[in-house]
Amino acid sequence: MIPLSWYLILAAILFCVGLYGVLVRKNAIAILMGIELMLNSININLIAFWRYRSSDGIAGQAFAIIVFAVAAAEVAVGLALIISIYRRRSSVVADDMNMLKW
Amino acid sequence: MTAEQLIFIIVAAVTLVAGISVVTSRNLIHSALWLILTLFGVAIFYVLLDAGFFAVIQVIIYIGAIAILFIFAAMLTRRVMQDTGPQTNPNWWLGGLIALLLFAGIVFILINWQGFSSLAPKLTNPSGRIIQLGLALVSPDQYVLPFELASVLLVAGMIGAIFVAGEKKQ
Amino acid sequence: MSIESIVWLVPLPPLLAFFLIVLFTNRHKALSHSIAVGAALLSWLGSMVIFFRAIRTEHLGSNPFASVLNWLPTGDSWFQIGIRIDPLSAATLFFVAWTVLMIFIYSVGYHNFGQPLGDHDKPGLQPHGATIADKHGHTHVVPSIEPMYSRFFAFIGLFAFGMYTLVVSDNLLTLFVGWEIMGLCSYLLIGFWYQKPSARAAMIKAFLTTRVGDVFMLLGIAYLYSAIGSLSYSEIFKPETLQKLVSTPAIGGILGLSAAGMIGILLFIGTVGKSAQWPLHVWLPDAMEGPTPVSAMIHAATMVSAGVYMVIRMFPLLQAGSEGGHLTPAMSLMTVIGAFTAIFAATIALAQNDIKRVLAYSTISQLGYMIAALGIGAYVAAAFHLITHAFFKALLFLGSGSVIHGVEHGVLHTGEHVDPQDMFNMGGLRKKMPVTFWTFLIGGFALSGFPLVTAGFWSKDEILADAFGNGHWVVFITLALAALLTAFYTMRQITLTFLGEPRTESAQHAQETTWTMTLPLVVLAIFAVAIGWAGISESFPVIGGLLPNFVHEFIGGTLAELPETLPFNIWPLIVSLVVALGGLTMGWLVYRNQKTGAEDPLKIALGPVHTVLKNKYYFDEIYNRLLVRPAYWLADNFTNQILDRGIIDGVLHFIARVASNVGHIFRNYFDKPVVNGFGDFVGEGIKKIGRGLKFIQTGKVQQYLLMALVLAFGAMFYFVFTFVQH
Repeated sequence: MIPLSWYLILAAILFCVGLYGVLVRKNAIAILMGIELMLNSININLIAFWRYRSSDGIAGQAFAIIVFAVAAAEVAVGLALIISIYRRRSSVVADDMNMLKW
Repeated sequence: MTAEQLIFIIVAAVTLVAGISVVTSRNLIHSALWLILTLFGVAIFYVLLDAGFFAVIQVIIYIGAIAILFIFAAMLTRRVMQDTGPQTNPNWWLGGLIALLLFAGIVFILINWQGFSSLAPKLTNPSGRIIQLGLALVSPDQYVLPFELASVLLVAGMIGAIFVAGEKKQ
Repeated sequence: MSIESIVWLVPLPPLLAFFLIVLFTNRHKALSHSIAVGAALLSWLGSMVIFFRAIRTEHLGSNPFASVLNWLPTGDSWFQIGIRIDPLSAATLFFVAWTVLMIFIYSVGYHNFGQPLGDHDKPGLQPHGATIADKHGHTHVVPSIEPMYSRFFAFIGLFAFGMYTLVVSDNLLTLFVGWEIMGLCSYLLIGFWYQKPSARAAMIKAFLTTRVGDVFMLLGIAYLYSAIGSLSYSEIFKPETLQKLVSTPAIGGILGLSAAGMIGILLFIGTVGKSAQWPLHVWLPDAMEGPTPVSAMIHAATMVSAGVYMVIRMFPLLQAGSEGGHLTPAMSLMTVIGAFTAIFAATIALAQNDIKRVLAYSTISQLGYMIAALGIGAYVAAAFHLITHAFFKALLFLGSGSVIHGVEHGVLHTGEHVDPQDMFNMGGLRKKMPVTFWTFLIGGFALSGFPLVTAGFWSKDEILADAFGNGHWVVFITLALAALLTAFYTMRQITLTFLGEPRTESAQHAQETTWTMTLPLVVLAIFAVAIGWAGISESFPVIGGLLPNFVHEFIGGTLAELPETLPFNIWPLIVSLVVALGGLTMGWLVYRNQKTGAEDPLKIALGPVHTVLKNKYYFDEIYNRLLVRPAYWLADNFTNQILDRGIIDGVLHFIARVASNVGHIFRNYFDKPVVNGFGDFVGEGIKKIGRGLKFIQTGKVQQYLLMALVLAFGAMFYFVFTFVQH
């Protein structure tokens, strides 16, 4: 029998790894991958809580479905943006996209 | 240690290693492939959590679509990107510190929560869950609104992506 | 409607006419004159009602028609104004109403209503004729309508209002108000043709000269008010009040006068100005610059009569303190000035050639008569002469206006450039203008005192009889001489104007004037004949007792005790017959054969004396040198340069400079460094902080996220540690 804590700790570690990726990676696509890791950890959390705390209801699952949809849309748009930027500036390094600096 | 727990630990280890490799790999394609492995791991977790439907969804959508999308994007933006040198920006130490602090904070909060070590209750309706989910998503008194909004979001995202990434007509 | 309400309403129609014309009907000539004549008619009607009621009221003198209203609050009580109709004011109202109405009707014709607009006529200049062509294409010049037609009626409406107010008022204040309104209107009307420089000079001269008199009169009124606290006649003429005024000495004890004497003299000086007595007579001849109806109005019917009316009204005050016919100082002064003016003006009239100037000096002279009469205590005679003089003098002035119109018609017709007012350019007009001739003759005879059938005879005879009977020999002789001269120059005027042969082409082509001008002449002529018969003294031989001496009984009733009638004396009658008939005959003899261009026989006879007379004893020049030029010099140099520009402007410039300097100090030492500095400091400070902080905005998304998380963790740690410590 797996205690809830294992799932939660796992999700926490995955989340922090994803956060590290977002904060630290140079490549914009790699940043998006970090975001995907974070979203997946969130889904694990949701389903874990659903299973362990309110398995009669369906709210957790419904929320998780929505998160799937949102993640998909976000990745699509994000990558489209990165490709568009790449076409214009021939670079996907996040630090090169600093036109909004002072 | 039950079999379930063992499987869990193995899959967790694989997933975590893959996750860390996603964020530390120098080659972007390698990162994408490690991401696929991570997503597989997460799918197995869904199975362990009696949410098989989600495991299937995960594989189809995340791995089948999103990860492929990542690979496409990596390929399309490959020319200038040199896969040499560190792939981290100068503030990597601060990012790591923040991630560790966040983890410490989450753990700290979770430990003090009394439901932290609870075990899984019995499932009441094992076979009717997908029907239940389907009904929940389209019932007017349940979650049809977020469902519709999500679909609108997807349409918007699709149109947006096409528009943003499309070739500008001369 | 009670009689008092009618009295209150009598002055109002002309005032209303003034406002209506000024505000609304200025452009509509017919409407304006209709409003004005209608108003005069209304006031005339009211006056007639009042007069006929008054003569049927017993003891009107002690129970006048009176009504007061509270006007100004003065402390605990009210200053009251009101109306009062006693016999004197009823009789005055009678002649004022008639003469004013006649003059209004006359003005319609005088200003050529119905004639075309002139060729070169502009407002402010006399009309100079319009050229019209008849059906054969022959052009000739006809008299043109006055451009400022309505304005004239508005002004004489205001003038009539002033006079009516003066007559019906029961206190000196509203009398003074009416007095001043008439002063203003005389200014406006003398200078009616304001583009003429001589008219402008005349209007100012008239106003300022009468002003001199008015200042003294106001001092008298103020003194009276401060002495007894009221200005209404009923208060002033109470025996206790008069006694009090007689016993208190005047302020400063000047010349040992009592308060009554001083007040009387001050008020009399107002009359000297208003009724053009020497030495303030200089304005009246110049006032001939105004249109003739104005001259008639001012110098016959209303304004100069107002001066005499006022002293007649104040007679109890002037007489206060005299016992048994002895003359008070005020009365002596009046006698001297009146008699002197009478003969002084008569001598000047001998040498005048302008038809209106002769009448002007004649007016001055006759007013001197009235004042001298009042000075010797002949109350009823003075009032009687005032009434008869108003009628025949108005008649003479309007008649002269008719003559001038007739001759002007000839001037326009022939294109000759002669002065239509110079008598030496006239002659033989009796054939051309018969109505004017006969009415003028009646008026002239009345002025000279032609016996029995003219009003002037009765009133003048009464004055002479009073002077003789009370033993004032000097006055008697002076007035008799003046009467002689009066008859002479009057006949001179009539002979030169109407008799003989025309001396110029214009006189040849003169023609009679319209009915609006001749009708008033006829009406006034009737009065000039008939009104004298109301005052025939009872003791007059033969016809004495036929008619009661209405004037004596009625007007004499105004005084507290009816003045005694003197027994009849043949000598004054003989003297007055001799001077009247003698003067008339001499005048006719001397001038009946006056030829064109010939010298005035009087000039030949008198030589250099004639020049002095013609130049009015050079009084105008003396006043100009002594008073007018120094006044102008003082005004320019002292008041203008020193007081106005130097002191007042200097103070203002100084204040402006100080304010400017203070402003500069505030600006440079406070506004700029402190206020501006603070604002700049804040602005620059913020900019500096911004410049310092802008490095945060690197444009790198990951750094933003890092910053957010660092700060969030910082805050979270802070809160956790503060709560953990509990």
